Amino acid sequence: MIPDVQLIKQGAEARVYLGPFCQRQAIIKERFAKAYRHPTLDKKLTSRRVIQEARCLYRCQKALIDTPTVYLVDLDQSVIYMEYIPGISVRDYLVTEPGQEAEAQHRVAVAIGKALGAMHNIDVIHGDLTTSNLLMRETSGAVVLIDFGLSYVSQLIEDKAVDLYVLERAFVSTHPNTEVMFAQILEAYGESSKASKQILKKLEDVRLRGRKRSMLG
Amino acid sequence: MIALGLEGSANKLGIGLIRHDMSTTPPTVTILSNVRHTYHPPPGEGFLPKDTAQHHRAHILELIRNALDEAKITPKDISVICFTKGPGMGGPLTSVATVARTLALMWNKELVGVNHCVGHIEMGRQITGAQNPVVLYVSGGNTQVIAYAEKRYRIFGEALDIAVGNCLDRFARVLNLPNDPAPGYNIEQLAKKGTKLIDLPYTVKGMDVSFSGVLSYIEANAKAWLASGEYTAADMCFSLQETVFAMLVETTERAMAHIGSREVLIVGGVGCNMRLQEMMGQMAEQREGGMVYATDERFCIDNGIMIAQAGMLAYQTGYTTPLDKTWCTQRFRTDEVFAAWRE
Ligand SMILES: Nc1ncnc2c1ncn2[C@@H]1O[C@H](COP(=O)(O)OP(=O)(O)OP(=O)(O)O)[C@@H](O)[C@H]1O
Ligand SMILES: [Mg+2]
Repeated sequence: MIPDVQLIKQGAEARVYLGPFCQRQAIIKERFAKAYRHPTLDKKLTSRRVIQEARCLYRCQKALIDTPTVYLVDLDQSVIYMEYIPGISVRDYLVTEPGQEAEAQHRVAVAIGKALGAMHNIDVIHGDLTTSNLLMRETSGAVVLIDFGLSYVSQLIEDKAVDLYVLERAFVSTHPNTEVMFAQILEAYGESSKASKQILKKLEDVRLRGRKRSMLG
Repeated sequence: MIALGLEGSANKLGIGLIRHDMSTTPPTVTILSNVRHTYHPPPGEGFLPKDTAQHHRAHILELIRNALDEAKITPKDISVICFTKGPGMGGPLTSVATVARTLALMWNKELVGVNHCVGHIEMGRQITGAQNPVVLYVSGGNTQVIAYAEKRYRIFGEALDIAVGNCLDRFARVLNLPNDPAPGYNIEQLAKKGTKLIDLPYTVKGMDVSFSGVLSYIEANAKAWLASGEYTAADMCFSLQETVFAMLVETTERAMAHIGSREVLIVGGVGCNMRLQEMMGQMAEQREGGMVYATDERFCIDNGIMIAQAGMLAYQTGYTTPLDKTWCTQRFRTDEVFAAWRE
């Protein structure tokens, strides 16, 4: 595609490159055609997700929520140019640096909870909350939300609760023995968001539904 | 060591005998017999617990006899009896567990209760040689994206409502497709003749999926489409498969990207669908070093061998299920099992 770019990651849907954009290093996220998907379905999903990602990132930016700044959206090529966040994902932080001090983990948890609270406050549902999609800035340690391809705008308490449930499941499966940290995230979330009490209550229902689901072999 | 495996958590009754020759490292595994008898309700109907349990009771003794004959062994050669403890339908599970208990008492053998999902995973690993794959487990009752970590098979993603196999089966009933050999198989065959892709709801939430939306949409419109000739039954099967399988492949890939894994193993009855296997292969081809493992109908569809295999692995670590703990459970999550046999 563009010269002087370096592939840094192939996620679930996109190839993520690091390359120059207007005299600075930028992230270039390209959603390439998926061979396994019917072309019609592929085009529909890809263009929908590029638009959703750009829209929700912009919505967060306006509300001063720490997310990569969008530089350019190229719908024809299904590419978004955005701010490069130097740092590591929360996943890599938890996986590669085990045995961190409880206090350091607590700080990260609070930052995550606050960020999620702020995001839900402006009715953005992330849709794919995992520890891979939370970055930590190298400089400040601030938590940055990324990867808004499955995100959408909704005021529904149910949607926000499911968003948290998705993160909880990702936490439990990826990082065994981090129940304390997740509880701290929810605590910070509860303090930072307007309707958070109701959402946390709903989260209990969603969990129960998960456990009750019949599982016939 | 030889394990006898008894499976009957749904409409398939399966009996298997497997040998682990412990004189080699790793043990040499030989399948001695793998026999199955399936309960097929009439077209347009699902299988009910009562009728299914009755079917299992009617056929299990004859099937065990066949398995022993085929393996050319006698009961005294068996080291352990493994049965499905759950998840599944209560009646059918219990009817098989009762036989397992009786045989154990008669022949003086130990029992091992096995988690059905773990059975699928261990059988898939054994047959394909996949070392540490992300597992897509897709069947009539389960849809899970699983990966192993720290002694447990952890669920990364799952269906938030109905299982993918259930979605396919229920749509097969709407079209009145036969239940023999399996409703999903008949959808797969019909889908090959489909040409038009219908725009259907596509619901993915991170690594989770939801199928009730697409099912109710296609159910609600099927009659009208057929009547007007806008879409054929084949188009509907084609579109349903293309849509729900894309959701499954997408969430599997998301789990691979998240965990940093290159291998996928597909298990469970829906896993023998060739279109699903093909799509998964195309996904893997677009990932560096991507690799797909799948098995055929003998090991994908519920069977007794998988229960024998998973039970044997547990048994070799010293695990047995005491008689008073051999009850069955309809809900038994994959991540509840402590996989002592895994590194
Ligand atoms: N702005 C950014 N700054 C630094 N690194 C980033 C940035 N955006 C993405 N990355 C890196 O690239 C990885 C993949 O990016 P992202 O999560 O956006 O794509 P994806 O998972 O393929 O997306 P999707 O789930 O929509 O298919 C991230 O986990 C992160 O490591
Ligand atoms: Mg991502």
